[in-house]
Amino acid sequence: MNYDRILIRYGELSTKGRNRKQFITKLKKSILLSLKEFPAITVELSHDRMFIHLNGVPFEAVKDRLSQVFGIQSFSPVVRTGQDIEEMKAAALELVKRNFSPGNTFKVSARRSDKQFELDTNEINYAIGSHVLRNMESLTVDVKNPDINLLVEVRKGGVFLSCEKYPGAAGLPSGTSGRAMLLLSGGIDSPVAGYFMLKRGVEIEAIHFHSPPYTSERAKQKVIDLAERLTAFGAEIKLHIVPFTAIQQKIQEQVPENYTMTSTRRMMLAMADKIRQKRGGLAIVTGESLGQVASQTLESMRAINDVTSTPVLRPLVTMDKLEIIDVARKIGTHDISILPYEDCCTIFTPPSPKTRPKLEKVQRFESFVDFEEMMEQAVEEMETLQLPNEKIMDEFADLL
Amino acid sequence: MIYFDNSATTKPYKEALSAFTKANEQFFGNPSSLHHLGMQADRLLQEARKQIASLIGAEVEEIIFTSGGTEANNLALKGAALANRHRGNHIITQQTEHPSVLHACHQLEELGFQVTYLPVNASGRISIQELEAALTEETIAVSIMHVNNETGTIQPMKEISELLKKYPKVLFHADDVQGRGKVVLDLKEIDLCSLSAHKFHGLKGSGVLYKKKGVKLSPLLSGGNQESGWRSGTENTAGIIAMAKALRLTEEKRSDGVAEMEEIQQFLRSELEKINGVRIHTPKTEAAPHILNFSITGVKGEVLIHALEERGCYLSTTSACSSRQKKTSTVLVAMGLPAAAADSSVRLSLSYENTMEEAQAFLRVLNETLPKLTKVQR
Repeated sequence: MNYDRILIRYGELSTKGRNRKQFITKLKKSILLSLKEFPAITVELSHDRMFIHLNGVPFEAVKDRLSQVFGIQSFSPVVRTGQDIEEMKAAALELVKRNFSPGNTFKVSARRSDKQFELDTNEINYAIGSHVLRNMESLTVDVKNPDINLLVEVRKGGVFLSCEKYPGAAGLPSGTSGRAMLLLSGGIDSPVAGYFMLKRGVEIEAIHFHSPPYTSERAKQKVIDLAERLTAFGAEIKLHIVPFTAIQQKIQEQVPENYTMTSTRRMMLAMADKIRQKRGGLAIVTGESLGQVASQTLESMRAINDVTSTPVLRPLVTMDKLEIIDVARKIGTHDISILPYEDCCTIFTPPSPKTRPKLEKVQRFESFVDFEEMMEQAVEEMETLQLPNEKIMDEFADLL
Repeated sequence: MIYFDNSATTKPYKEALSAFTKANEQFFGNPSSLHHLGMQADRLLQEARKQIASLIGAEVEEIIFTSGGTEANNLALKGAALANRHRGNHIITQQTEHPSVLHACHQLEELGFQVTYLPVNASGRISIQELEAALTEETIAVSIMHVNNETGTIQPMKEISELLKKYPKVLFHADDVQGRGKVVLDLKEIDLCSLSAHKFHGLKGSGVLYKKKGVKLSPLLSGGNQESGWRSGTENTAGIIAMAKALRLTEEKRSDGVAEMEEIQQFLRSELEKINGVRIHTPKTEAAPHILNFSITGVKGEVLIHALEERGCYLSTTSACSSRQKKTSTVLVAMGLPAAAADSSVRLSLSYENTMEEAQAFLRVLNETLPKLTKVQR
C-alpha cells in the first residue's frame, strides 16, 4: 500500500481574503522548490486545500522537507484505492495498524461525493469500522474524540483514505509579505533572523560584506552555505556580496579606534539601504540582540540606525543567546555558523569598542572623508548570487 | 573472462575511475588548506558527502569517511566500546561476522571487555530470542552484519533494531559492506553502519562509517581532526569522489538490476542443483541476490577455483580475506556444516554487470571441468 498524494491544509492563509489566490500560488511555488529533487511530483490547487501528487515518490522522502515549508498548517498522506469495498477495508486496516498504539480509540469519517457508489456514508462507516475492529485488539470506537480519525472519501476517480496528520511549519508562504534585505555576517544570529522573516512570508535578499584579504574565501563560502541552507524553507534567496576592504581600511585610518566599530556598522547599514533601494526592498533585517555585544546596546543602535529612516527589523532583539542557538540548531545553520573563519565583523574589532557611542562624535569623525562615493562604488562592484545555486552543482556534476 | 568474485571486489566503474583521475588532477589541494585550491577540494568533498548521505538516507554530518570497511568496522566497535566504557563492558556480536569485526572484538576482550558471540542456525541467522537473552545491564553495543560475505544470508536487522529500541543504552552497529547497493537497509534504527567503496565498483581505500547524530565514539586515529575529529588524516578526496559516483551509479542500476540478478542467481541455483554432489549453502529465502555459496562432494574448493580459473572463470573459496589463511570457513562451520563440506565450498558472487549468458557459459565450463576433477580426486 503506497501513498498516492498528500493533502495540504492552509494555515493563516484562509483568512487572507482577496490576496488568497496569490498566497496559494506562492505556496505552490515554495512547495515545488523544496521538493525540486523529485521532478515527478505535481501540485493540484483547490479552494480550501492543496494536493501534492506523489507519482511514485515515497511519502517518507518528502515528509521532512514539507514540514519546513511556511504557509502549511498541517498535511496528511492519502492512500488511494479503487471503488471496491474489500480493497477499501484492507487499506483502512493497514492504515490504522500503521498508526496504532495500544489503547487508541478511532472512528471512521466517510464522505461520498460520488453518489453512484453502492454504499451510502453510514454503510461505509459501518463496513470499514467493523472490519478494522474485528481485526485489531484493544482498539475501541470513540466518535467524539478519537485518537485516529480515518477519513474515507469516495470520489469518481477513486477512494481516498487517510488518518495521519503532521504539523506544518505554519507562518506565511514565501514572498507574500514583500522583500527585505538581510545583513548576513556568517555568525549564529543573522541566519536565525532571516529564518524568522521567512516565516512571516518575507522575501529575503541577503547582503554580505567581504574584505579580502582580511577575510578569506572560506568565510564567503560559509555565508553562501548559510544562505543556501535558508532556501530549504521554500524560498529562493539572492545573496549580494559587497567588497568592503577599501572602506574598512579608510575607517581604520580616519576614525579613532574606539569608534571604528560604530562607523563600520553605519557604513554597512547605509550600503544595505542603497542596495535595498536598487532592489525595491521595504526593510532591512539584522540579527541584533539587545546588549549582546558593544554594537547592540541601545546607544549603539541609535548611533548606527541614524544613517537611514528605512525600517530596520530586529527579530532577535529580545532573545537570549541560548534561545538563538537553539533555533540555529533546529534550522541547521548552527554548525555552519560556528566554522572558525574571520568575518567582516570580527576582524577589525577594536579591543575596547565604545558601548555608548555618541552620534554627534561619530558623525564628525566620518565627515572628513567622502565615504558616500566609496560606498556607491562598492555597491556598484558587488557580486550577486542566486540561491539555491545550480552552478555549484554543475561545476562538480561530472565528478559525482 | 567471467568474473564471479564480486564479493571479494568489484571492477571499478570507468566513470568512477575517470572521476578519480580528474579529481586528482584538478582538485588535488588539501581540503584543509586555506587558499582557493584547498577550498575547492573541500567543497567538492562536501558535495560528495551530501550525495552519499542522500543516497543512504542519512544526514551530511552522519558520514565519516574511512579507508574502507575494515577501518569502519574497527572504528565502530573499538570507538564505541572505548567511548562508552563507563556505561558497561559487554558487547554482543555473532559467529559469522567478518574478521574485521571478530578480531576487533578479540582485541577488546584483551582490554577487559566481555564479548558474546551468538550462534547462528543452519541458514546462518541469529535468533532474536538468543540475542535478547544475551543482553545484560553491561551491554553497550550489538554488532550484526546485514548480509554475510560468504553465504549472502540476510540477518533480521529490522527485528534486531525493534528489540534494541527497548535498550536505549545499546548501540547497534551493522556491517553493510556486502549488502549496500543490493539489499536495502533502513538506517533509521541503526546507530553505526560500515560501507566499503570497492564492493560497489568504487576504488579500494575508501569507505564510510555512518554514525547517527549524537553517538559518541573514541577515534582510532588522532591528528588534525579531519572528519569532525572522528577520523584524522588528510582526506582521500579523489577516492571519496569515486565512491560517491560509484554509489550513485550502483543505486541507479539497482532498481532494474536486482530483478535480473535474482533471475541469474535463481538460474544458477537450479542448474547447480542438477549437478551430482552439489550442495548449496546460501539459503533460499532471506538471502542477498548476488551470492551463491556451494560445495561439490569430493572436490576441494581450492582445486575447483584453480581449474575454473584456467578456463577464465573467477570465483572464490569462502571469502577472499580468509582464503589466504587456508582455514576452514568458520561461517559454514558455524552454520553446522561438516568440515569436509566447508572445505570444498566455493562462493560465486555477481554484480549488475554480469549477464545470463555468462551464467550459461560458466555452467558449461563447470560441467566440462568437473568430471576431470572427480576422476583424479577419487
